[in-house]
Amino acid sequence: MDLLTALLVIGSMGLVFGGLLAFAANRFAVEEDARVETICDLLPGANCGACGFPGCISFAENIVGGKVDVSSCVPGGKDACDSICEVMGVDSVASEAKKVAEVYCLGTRDVAPDKFEYHGVRDCKAAMAYSGGFKACTHGCLGLGTCADCCPFDALHMGANGLPLVDLERCTGCGICVKACPRSIIRIVNADRRGKYVPCNSKDKGKVVRQVCEVGCLGDKACVKACTQDAIVVEEFLAVIDSSKCDDCGKCVEVCKRMIIKDVVKVHHA
Amino acid sequence: MELNLAAIIFVAILANNIVLNQFLGVCPYLGVSKRIETSLGMGMAVVFVMTLAAIVTWFIFNYILVPMDLVYLRTIAFILVIASLVQLVEIVMKKNNPTLFRALGIYLPLITTNCAILGVALLNIQMDHNIVQTIVYAIAAAIGFTLALVIMAGIRERLDLVNMPGVLQGAAVTLVTAGILSLSFMGFTGIMSL
Repeated sequence: MDLLTALLVIGSMGLVFGGLLAFAANRFAVEEDARVETICDLLPGANCGACGFPGCISFAENIVGGKVDVSSCVPGGKDACDSICEVMGVDSVASEAKKVAEVYCLGTRDVAPDKFEYHGVRDCKAAMAYSGGFKACTHGCLGLGTCADCCPFDALHMGANGLPLVDLERCTGCGICVKACPRSIIRIVNADRRGKYVPCNSKDKGKVVRQVCEVGCLGDKACVKACTQDAIVVEEFLAVIDSSKCDDCGKCVEVCKRMIIKDVVKVHHA
Repeated sequence: MELNLAAIIFVAILANNIVLNQFLGVCPYLGVSKRIETSLGMGMAVVFVMTLAAIVTWFIFNYILVPMDLVYLRTIAFILVIASLVQLVEIVMKKNNPTLFRALGIYLPLITTNCAILGVALLNIQMDHNIVQTIVYAIAAAIGFTLALVIMAGIRERLDLVNMPGVLQGAAVTLVTAGILSLSFMGFTGIMSL
């Protein structure tokens, strides 16, 4: 008898609560736009936050709500944008080429010495708080790997020489590392760029650069004179090569006293 | 009566803190205490659910289980009640108050069958609380839980910035911290305890 009442009471409680839930689920049903989930499935799903929203699902909601441009997902690139446009029924606007991160520094520990020993938190932003960083060059890579730690795609790793290496297969060009680097050494560039580039970030005068780094750009314009395509300009004592004009002839490489003009994709890549 | 309630509040928050003294709800205590912000969110959700669950289980116990002489079924009955209750609240909240639903977010389902919630419901019965005492005890216990969680999160946020020997990193230092925190809360039991 005891058993029967127990079964009845618990059973009926279960039934009542189940019924209540079923009723509530119907009565308070929230209509969700099915497109949100579809779009979320099309996104890379790394929840990297490069679009400015907390996670892919939030980004998808804002696309459906029309609050954000369909092409705002950088890691998804053209593919994701095209399929999102299909779902949303708008013409595809994305034609942007794939982007990747490029490291603009060659200053390993042996060629660009430190000005003092640093024993603080292993984080570049924290290191910057101590008189602007421990490296003698005020523009060079500190090498504590803050960029590698924050990469949501596991595409950045610290090399043995203390500089970050970009894994071009994995890099999506989301730009999270660019924001993380306190010295702005990483830039986002077109993945299909060709020719040469100057992997230096120093805007100091040649005299200063000579004192702090063996591989820094002096800004002496020898490469500018050697270039047949007018592709090189020196701004703030730093040579910049326009990859759309560069024909990869290699004349600048020959005249560069510091031998720091490199082929793109051959430096800093794993 | 007032003194009694004040004693309940003191004991539930400090002396018999639900996590650090009663050993309940340790899973979210270790899991959701990495950042102060998330631990506060979790704490608010616990205050909400614990109070609601304590009230409903009190009525279920006193008006269904006691008259039917089924007191020994309280554990399974309470699990049933709390699980459905949280589910129900979630459904209604999603419709009527999406802002609060987003704020509590993942924490609501996370604590549905948490042992701290069930524990407080059972402790209320065990200590023969009336409905007012039940409500006060549930809120105070939840505040105690939030307090423990926020203190832990604050310490862990600082520990993140410290150069620490490899053997201590991660779970090891978290458990050591939890132990020391528990020790320090033991001091309150000397003043008053249940």
